[in-house]
This record gives sequence, C-alpha cells and structure tokens, in this order.
Amino acid sequence: MNEQPKPKKQIGAPLNRVDGHQKVTGAATYSAEYQLPNMAYAVLVGSTVTKGRLTGLDTKAAERAPGVLAVISHLNAPKPPGPKPEGKDPSQPQTQGNPLQVFNDDKIRFNDQPIAVVVADSWARARYAAGLVKAQYAKEKHETNLEANADKAFLPTAAKKNPKHPMNDYQRGQVDAYKTGAVKLEAEYVIPTEVHHPMELQAITAHWEAPDRLTLYDKTQGTMATRRDFAKQWGLPEENVKVIATYVGGAFGNALHSWPHEAAAVLAAKVVNRPVKLMLTREQMFTMVGYRPYTWQKLGMSATPDGKITGITHESIGQTSTYEEFTEATLAQTRMMYQSPNVTTRYRLAALDIGSPIWMRGPGEATGAFALESAMDEMAYLLNIDPLEFRLRNYTEQDPEKNKPWSTKFLKECYQLGADRIGWSKRQLKPGALRDGDWLIGYGMGVGTFGAHRGAATVSAQLLPNGTVLLQCATTDIGPGTGTAMTQIAADTLGISPDKIRFELGNSSFPKAGTQGGSSTVNSVGPATQEACLALKDKLRTLAAASNPAFTSARKEDVTMQDGYLTVGGNKDTRVSYADVLKQAGGTTVMVEAKPGGEGQKYSMYSFSVHFAEVRVHQLTGEVRVSKLVSCADAGTIVNEKTAGNQMKGGAVGGIGMALMEHALLDDRFGRYVTKDLADYHVPVHADSPAVEVAFVNQPDPHVNALGTKGIGEIAIIGVAPAIANAVFNATGKRIRELPITPDKLI
Amino acid sequence: MNQFQYVRPTKQQAAIDAVAKDATATFIAGGTNLVDLMKRGVMTPQKLVDINRLPLTRIDADPGKLRIGALALNSTVADDKQVRERQPLLALALNAGASAQLRNMATVGGNMLQRTRCSYFYDTTMPCNKREPGTGCGALEGINRMHAIFGFSDKCIAVHPSDMSVALVALDATVQVSGPKGNRSIPFAELHRLPGDMPQKDTTLEPGELITAVDVPDGPFTKHVHYQKVRERASYAFALLSVAAALDLDSNNNIKAARLAMGGVAHKPWRLTAAEQALVGKPATEESFRQAAAIAMQGAKAFQHNAYKLKLGPNTIIQALKTAASVA
Repeated sequence: MNEQPKPKKQIGAPLNRVDGHQKVTGAATYSAEYQLPNMAYAVLVGSTVTKGRLTGLDTKAAERAPGVLAVISHLNAPKPPGPKPEGKDPSQPQTQGNPLQVFNDDKIRFNDQPIAVVVADSWARARYAAGLVKAQYAKEKHETNLEANADKAFLPTAAKKNPKHPMNDYQRGQVDAYKTGAVKLEAEYVIPTEVHHPMELQAITAHWEAPDRLTLYDKTQGTMATRRDFAKQWGLPEENVKVIATYVGGAFGNALHSWPHEAAAVLAAKVVNRPVKLMLTREQMFTMVGYRPYTWQKLGMSATPDGKITGITHESIGQTSTYEEFTEATLAQTRMMYQSPNVTTRYRLAALDIGSPIWMRGPGEATGAFALESAMDEMAYLLNIDPLEFRLRNYTEQDPEKNKPWSTKFLKECYQLGADRIGWSKRQLKPGALRDGDWLIGYGMGVGTFGAHRGAATVSAQLLPNGTVLLQCATTDIGPGTGTAMTQIAADTLGISPDKIRFELGNSSFPKAGTQGGSSTVNSVGPATQEACLALKDKLRTLAAASNPAFTSARKEDVTMQDGYLTVGGNKDTRVSYADVLKQAGGTTVMVEAKPGGEGQKYSMYSFSVHFAEVRVHQLTGEVRVSKLVSCADAGTIVNEKTAGNQMKGGAVGGIGMALMEHALLDDRFGRYVTKDLADYHVPVHADSPAVEVAFVNQPDPHVNALGTKGIGEIAIIGVAPAIANAVFNATGKRIRELPITPDKLI
Repeated sequence: MNQFQYVRPTKQQAAIDAVAKDATATFIAGGTNLVDLMKRGVMTPQKLVDINRLPLTRIDADPGKLRIGALALNSTVADDKQVRERQPLLALALNAGASAQLRNMATVGGNMLQRTRCSYFYDTTMPCNKREPGTGCGALEGINRMHAIFGFSDKCIAVHPSDMSVALVALDATVQVSGPKGNRSIPFAELHRLPGDMPQKDTTLEPGELITAVDVPDGPFTKHVHYQKVRERASYAFALLSVAAALDLDSNNNIKAARLAMGGVAHKPWRLTAAEQALVGKPATEESFRQAAAIAMQGAKAFQHNAYKLKLGPNTIIQALKTAASVA
C-alpha cells in the first residue's frame, strides 16, 4: 500500500480568511452595491416629533420634484396582507411585536420614525425630494428618560404569562439575604444607550421578480429569519422569498431584527414596480435599527470577613419601546458565576417613546457584568482581599443555578494565563500607589460568560468536476470568518487542502441555518459541515464502488481524495477518477442536518473569559488610556487561531468604547439624540487601543458538539468594561458606576 | 441637500465680486465643514464660489514673520520646515485637529472659519439662534457639556471648535483680508466675535471679504511650547478643552515672556493675557503656573453639564505650562 503523506491539520491553524482578498480589493459585494436593471432609489422621511399623530402631510412639492416616482406614506401605502399591527400581541416572541409596520397609521411612536418614503430615479433626487415633504403633527407628551419612568417599570409580559420564563424573578436561598450580611455593599450602576454602528450602513435592495416572488439583497444576520418575516408580512410561501446577504460589513446585533426601513423598501418596490435600493444614513442608524438599551442596575452583595459571598441581589430596569417588549439576559451571569447560597434577581422594563432596542454584542450579559464585576471589585476592597483571590474563593465547580455539572470550565486556567500576562503581581491593592509622572497606573479585571448555544443547521456538499468540494449553507458571516472556519473543518474532515473547498453562505436558498448571533454559528454550522463532509465521503465511496469493488467494503473515513482520484486509504490500486464518479447517475450532492443532542439536559454549557486591563489616568486632565489589555478565553476548541484572536481583539476594543466613550445622548425635552454622527458618538480610534493580547485555553468541550467548540463572539466583550472601570479605581480611588468613564467624571 | 450654482473663478477679484454681489453665495475651499452643513440643511447657499484655483497656497518665510496662504492645507502647514522651526506651537495645534484625512483637505482659511459643533446648531428641528435667529438657544437648558464658560450670552453658549485658532491667537497672528472695499489686516484676536445679540455672526468679516493669508510674527517661542488638548478619545475628537502655552525662559528658568490661550471655552479662541502677565518674571514652577491658572479662570461660569470645565480649565493650563517648560 502506498501511504500518502497526511494532509496538514487545518482546525486550529491560523488560516487567512478565504474571502480576505475580495474584501480588501473591493470585489466583495455588500447589500448596497447590487446594481439591478431599472433600479430606483428610496429615501426615508422621519418624524421630527417624538409622540403624537400626523395631522397633515404635504407631499405635492416632493411629487413634482424631478425624477420622483412615488411618495409613499400612511395616506397611500398598500396594506400588506400579513399580520395586522393593531393590538400588541404579548404572546409574540420578544422583538416581534410590529416592527415591520410602516406607514400603517398616523401614530408617531418615536422621533425619526419613518413617516414617508420618497422613491426616485436617482439617490440624489430622492434625497432632495425627501427634504420637500412637510408634515404637521398633533404632539403629545413623550417619555424618554428611564429614571423618570422607573416607578412604572414592569415585569415583561412573557414572564407574567409563563412562570417558567427566564425573565421572572429568580430566588435561590433567602430573599435579599445580603441585607443582613457581615460585610455588605449596595450600589447603583448605569449603562447609557450605546449604538452598534457597524462600518456598513443598513441597506436593502428589494426586487419583486414577479407579483408573488420577492428577492431581497439585504444586510441581515439571518437570511432565513428575514425570509420568514417578509413571507409572513406579504402572505407568501417562504420559498417565494429569497434573501441574499453574501457579505455583511459588521452588525454587532443590529441586523438580528427586521426593521421598518426594510419594510419600506419592499413596499416601495411594490408601488413603483421596479427594484428599489434603500440605504440608511449614519444619523438614521441611531434611531431606527436598535441599540443597547439604557439600563439602570442595583446590586447588593454580602460576604463573610474571610471572603465567602453570602448573598447577592441584582435588580435591573432596561429600556424598551412602547410597541415591543425587548428583553435580554442582564442578570444571567449573577445567577451562576459565583458560589453564593442566596441570590435574588429582578428584571424589569420601562417602555419609552424611543424605537425598539436590539441585542448589541455581549448583549444583556455585558450590561449585567458591568454591575456584577464592578461589585466584585468593590467587595474585594471592602474585605481587603486581592480581587482575583476573592473570585477564586467563590469559584463554582458546578452550576449553582441549574445544579448541573459544567460541560467544561477552564476559567481558573484563564485567570492564570491572564494574570501572568498582565503582570498582576505588580498590582498594588491600595489605589493610586503606582504612577509615572502625572499618570496614575492601575490594574483591574472583569469576568465574562455566555451560554454555549447550539441550534440545528443543514449543510450540503457536492464534488465538482474540477475537484473542488462545494459546500452551501444559509448562514451569514458578519465578520468572524465563518466561511474560513467551515473551510478548515471541511478540509480536515475530507482530508483535502482548503483551496479545494468552496463554502458558500448568505443565501436563504441554501440549506437552512439559524441567524448568526449569540456566539452560536460555529457550534451549530460546524458539526453540520463535518457531518455533510462525512456523508459526501460515504456517497463517493458508494459511487466509486461501481468502478472498483475495493470501495464496497471500505469505511467512509478511509476514502481518500487526491489529485482527481479517490482511493481507499491512498492505495493506488484502488484509484477511481472523479470523472468516473461524476458519471454515475444521481450526482454527488448530499445534504445533512445536524442537531444538538440531549447534552443540554445533563450539563450546563458556557464559554468563559477574563479580561485584565492596565490603565493610565492623568491626574490633572482626567484622561484615561488603556495601556495594556489581556483577554483570555475558555471557548472550547479554537478552529482558527487568527480569526478567533481577531474576534477577541474586536470585542476588547468594543469594551474600551463601552468603558470610556460610547454614549448616545438624548435631549429629553425633544426626544432627539444630540449625538448624531461618529464625530459626536465616539468609538475608539487606533490610538485608543493597545495591542490586545489574547490567550485561549483551547480545550475541547466534548458535550456541545463533536468539534468541541463553545463560541467566542460575546465573551470577547463581556467583562471588558468592568475590567477597565476596576483598573481606573485601582489607579485613582474613584469608583465610576455610570459609563462611560469620561474625563469630567475623574477630575 | 438643496440645488446650488457652482463657479470656480481663477481671479481673486472675480471670486470676491461673486460673493459680494450675491447675499446667497459663499466661498468654498476644502469643504470639510461646509459640505456637511449643506447636507444637513444647516447652511443653504444658492451659489458656491470655489476658490481652490486662486494662488493662495504659498507659505512665505519672510523676515520677521511667516505668511501662510489661506489655501495652504492644514497638513502642509503642520509639516512645513519653517513652521516647525519658527512656530512649533502652530504645528502642534494643527496636528491635534481632526484626522489625517481631514487635514489633507482642510485649508488654513477654512479652519479658522469653521462653524461651531454645537448639536443644536446642527439639528434643523431644534432651536438655535445662530442658525435661525429668534428661535432660542437649545443648549442653554439642554445638553451643554461641550459649551462655553466665558463670553457667552443668553442667546448663544456655543464654542468655536478650531485648534489652530487657539495657537494663532496666542501667537499674535494677523489675518490678511481682501474685499469689495480693498485689503485690510485684522488682528487674529479680533477675527472672531462673541455672540452677544447676534450669534449668527461668527466673525468680523464683511460680506464678500476673503481671507488671503495669515501672518505669524517671529517671536521667542520656538522651544518651550505645548498644545494640550483634552478629549474623550486619543484622536479625531473636538476638545472638551484645550490650552496653547508658550514660554520664553532665561538661563535661571525664569519666565521672560509667556503666551496662553484656551479652546473649547468660548465663542472665540480665548486669549489669557492677564495670566500671561502674571507669569512674567516668575520662576517656571508648578506654583507659578497654578497662580496663573487661577487668574485665567476669573469670571468663568458654568451651566448644568459643563461645570467640570471650571476645574479642567486650570488643570489643563497647569499641565500645558508644565509640559512647555520641560520641553528641552
């Protein structure tokens, strides 16, 4: 037998992105870049009041403007046959109230709510005409301030209706036990509204290819979800709607939802009977495609003098809109991260006259971790114990919320890796003890965790005549490098080089997959890719058996693909050419669905991370610079060291923004944001970010899936902001409980 | 954006005539601010007179002064050898402004004429006396954390946003202007005005007047200079507050002359002459700087969200002077 050299293992290797060249050369086509014949362009007109009714809409000047094809508003919009918007239906899942209803009535529910869309033969003409639309309103008093509405906060309807819903109050042990603890603290924390602001603006091109067939080139994190939403709205069979999102230029969560602008483009395309392109402005990105909700939190904690936590009570009020109940897992980490016999959590919503929020990277867990991990630091100071040591004394060896063993947990290993790399031993417990001239130096840490979620996914695999294996799946890639990771998984499973694999995604016509969100894509699509590749091998084995009986009894794992031939384990005598295999009837295509098994019943499955920050705070100007940031993760198997590291770094930079500058400021008198562009709404620039150091434990989790992955996207940011806030305290002795930590709060 | 006419004259007089004779016309150079304002409907000129073809880009190193053409790019000036040697404070201030991309487009004349970045000025649905006289000041009782602590009126509390202007006012620059009535010079400190009852008027320029150059006289401030800009991120952000500081020290480290100006505190770049005078003859020590900073802040008054500037102001002055003094 001629042994072939074993192909290099791809899983874990730092493979360059398979679509990197397209992206950096501009060859990648994003949703705003599709050019269809006879295309028209749409620009939205937004309400300038925050609450009330539209009493008049003068569209005459706009309609007469050059190139204008239509001005659509509630006065003339066709009514899609789908679910009616009236009467908020609390039985609907969260964020599926009536997001798609535009131009349906004269009600104004938030400032900049689309009240009309102008369609013209060019974008410039549409924009000009949009400026000519004049609206009159009957204003009503609006509420946009969370603190002022805290007394009206309520338990989410879904929780009221279902006592098992996770948004219900949680109780372990004694209620509010911290109040009688030996050493106790009670503090309030605030996270302001933060906006996703991916580089790519939200854009859609809607094309009715026939009266009952719709194609959308759309910025979405879920091609299947968008397809479902629009099929439902227009009363179409799902297969009549096609959603294409081959490339997505970042999203961070704001393309997890279908939004009014998408519905407006679909309506407009129907009215003018031409493909219609609609792209939001940066200003509109603040108002109509979600944000991380402003959240007030109160955390009480008690401990024994030797550092054992005896009680935690964590309460929060998050902002939602008046027409949808958006909830997120703000309090989840508090229930399972530390060993405490008594834990109480209470989650409430305040409905404000602002557009709906949506999950923003790390979502609620990142918000909650700011309070929990800040409080852990505060308690360590009260106890005069090193904050890392304090966390170790309350480490959980099994999930105290679900009373189940962890599938895997290597958080202690992360602590060690991170502490070594940041130089935690240099840290002084006493604030302000380290300095470099006028710069005060401090160290802080923050812990993050997120469920290792896995959903069902289907992948198809096919051998092409040129020897390439084509894999397809409807999943999207919003930036983590999904296609690259899947190529590596396929390469190892098939035993062929990555350049012989093409993984196509971002199309709802491909085999189905869930939305890219919640750190779940590799966990879900990864095993489907693996199983599809194994099924392909088996299929090829069967087909090859017609030419060479050696394949009849071969195992699928032994089918070797090389240089245009199949062999059994590399034995040249068994060679069958791809051409011969492809001649067989039926083709090579296989399609496999991979679903999670029952492991979730037995184990509690989470990814973990810890972030260590070194900051410098100028004692005169109050400026904060993050001089060092180390992020360590237990995320199971790392499929690609480079793209995974890239995700961790991106999350860490997002955490710097959260900690130090991101803040969508709203003037409550008008209900309008005063930060309307990226000059006023600050995200970090290169000079704000140190070279983030990343370390992975890289131990497979045998229970999530056969690959051993657990997910990275969220834990990259969860815990970063408190690490920085804690470092600021260590540097200055000032505890900032309301983000962002700007110079005015420190001088 | 509204429709507008566009002309691109090659003669200075033609450009001036085009604007002087048409109240709806305005000059455009780099356009880094004006185009944004037009897109948002804050400024709605009917005619743009593009001056980029006028020969105003030169930087002349004359005896006793630098003459910087109004169309010299911010990046060109900041990198110019003569500027760096003779007026290093100006180079520092220019490089603290905007981003590399913007500095490559923005001109010196345009930089000093940029409009305030007050959010209420930028939003045409909100009240703003500067944009639309008589509608009120949205910032007065609104979100005013970026706003003025000196020289404001009840009509307007906006601040002038330029970094370059802070250095130029400290360096006693002079603006050369050409207009329908001929040429004139304006001391830099008199170019920008306080809002008073007419916040819609940013400067003392008359209709049709074109800035052709700025003269920066030579002085002893070639070594001990610093531009301290405090902002929420390390680059590409307007100042919460900034300080331009220049010192002339004798061999005993005593102050022979000082220049001091603040940005982000008033409707114009805010020269601190009383504090400068207080420094002369004093040793270059933190104590002297502290006393000068206290003098500089006399008369400052804060609003709901900008009280931090009352402390950030003196702190930044001290830090700027400390750094300037220690520059070898």
